[in-house]
Amino acid sequence: MSVLRLEGISKHFGAIQALEDVSLSLAPGEVLGLMGDNGAGKSTLVKIIAGNYRPSDGRIYIAGDKKDFHRPVEARESGIEIVYQDLALCDNLTAATNVFLGRELTRSFGPLRIMHYSAMNAVAAKLFKELKSETRPKDLVRDMSGGQRQAVAIARTRLAKAKIVLMDEPTAAISVRQVAEVLNLIRELKRQQIAVILISHRMPDVFAVADRITVLRRGRKVADKPTTDTSPEEITGLITGAIDAA
Amino acid sequence: MTTENETKGFASLDDVIGWQTQSPLARILSKQSFWVFIAAVIACIALSLATDSFASSQNLFNITRNFAFVAIVALGMTIVIISGGIDLSVGSTLCLSAMVLAILMNAGNPLWLAALAAIGAALIVGLVNGLLIAYLRIPPFVVTLGMLSLARSAAMVLSDNKMVFQFGPDEEQLFWLGGGSTWGIAHPVIALTLLAVGTGLVLRWTRWGTHVFAMGSNEKATNLTGINVRGLKVSVYMCSAFFAGVAGVLEAGWLGGVTTNLGQSLELSVIAASVIGGANLMGGAGTVFGSVVGAALIEVIRNSLILLGISTFWQGAFVGSFIILAVAFDRIRALRDESR
Repeated sequence: MSVLRLEGISKHFGAIQALEDVSLSLAPGEVLGLMGDNGAGKSTLVKIIAGNYRPSDGRIYIAGDKKDFHRPVEARESGIEIVYQDLALCDNLTAATNVFLGRELTRSFGPLRIMHYSAMNAVAAKLFKELKSETRPKDLVRDMSGGQRQAVAIARTRLAKAKIVLMDEPTAAISVRQVAEVLNLIRELKRQQIAVILISHRMPDVFAVADRITVLRRGRKVADKPTTDTSPEEITGLITGAIDAA
Repeated sequence: MTTENETKGFASLDDVIGWQTQSPLARILSKQSFWVFIAAVIACIALSLATDSFASSQNLFNITRNFAFVAIVALGMTIVIISGGIDLSVGSTLCLSAMVLAILMNAGNPLWLAALAAIGAALIVGLVNGLLIAYLRIPPFVVTLGMLSLARSAAMVLSDNKMVFQFGPDEEQLFWLGGGSTWGIAHPVIALTLLAVGTGLVLRWTRWGTHVFAMGSNEKATNLTGINVRGLKVSVYMCSAFFAGVAGVLEAGWLGGVTTNLGQSLELSVIAASVIGGANLMGGAGTVFGSVVGAALIEVIRNSLILLGISTFWQGAFVGSFIILAVAFDRIRALRDESR
């Protein structure tokens, strides 16, 4: 059964049609590469899935149940987590504190509830180990590499027991070695049966990890193919419009 | 050889995750508050050797009591600065608090009632600051600059700009509270110690403290995690007003009289103390220990100029240099880290 299914999603802002009749489905452990030029509707689609926008038309099903998100927190409660492009981390806090930010573990100290740092560090260490990332829970995020920061952001989604992770340009601003680390993180998520939607401009990265590629052009879905059945040349053609549809 | 490599040459993922990048000693040495503390200690030792009067118990008693008021207000300011804001209204809030206390006690009310009302008045100032900053998104600099004027004006209106120096039936208790001492330690210093320890523990060990640091570093990210950033902001400015209110009550007791120019330009000394102690005006960094040491250092400088017979006109030059030096050291270290 699909973990996420979109049926006929449309979105217009006044007279501007941002998305038109987009349908797609995502299986557990599937990595979907979402591609398209600037203004093709990728971020609008992601914002609809994440609950930032409500679609003008169409239906969203999570694990078969119809959902109507009014606020991002409702999407999050349904198991959808987003890794933002700027990662949304606090530099001055440790990796573990960032992972737990907003849902800290506490223990009682007399009548008070105080931060349970040792438990948070232990859980964070376990999450980093599952992601096979050399990230140390007690290090400040300020001192970390781009790949380690991604691991912290992804560990946050793991802590939330997310079933679907949306990643917005995770490899846009980092070094080649760190790109490899991030792609490995995505493979680890897949291995743990988590569905990933990867929004990226970087063709090699998408072809390296995605099972399937969906191309949007001017708000319409023009292709949805297994990665093995297509080529970077065809995808480029679909993105630019040189190839009409596939 | 290969087995040795496997055991020694390569660390397992568990080992790497268990490592800590900085040793505890390196962490202390990288703290600005530590170096300011060292500077203050060196200044104290030098002054004890250079003058007969510095290390006298009377002088030390005076120094600690004098900086206690600034340091108490600096505790609140440090929280605000960590959260990424600024509170320019603390001097006026202190004055308003002291004036409410004085007027109520002058009218014959008991100390506890007047003190509660004084701190309540300060909290209202903080609440208004916080609501305007969090919900109308007016920059903190503007809101608290306006409040600096407003709160002092309120104190003038309340008192008709007269000095209050008669505190009714509980006068002795008030003077004991602000001007007395126990075991040779001035009461404001005891209050500072308790409040500083409490603030330090709250910042380090509560979710609220962690959220204040998070908001100061990346407000957008903090909001995305579902933390109530607006409520947090209001609480931060109320905190700062609370400390100013407490300092107002104590200072009224020490001075034995309240005028409407009490706490004038106090905000500048308080911000100086926080910044010298390592609080970053961009938000996200600051310590309780640092701001107390910063306040102490400013007072030691002032005191030493008097003892050494140097014109007190030089005080501003020394304090100003320290502010710039402290931040410059921080910048130089940051630049070095970037180029690494």
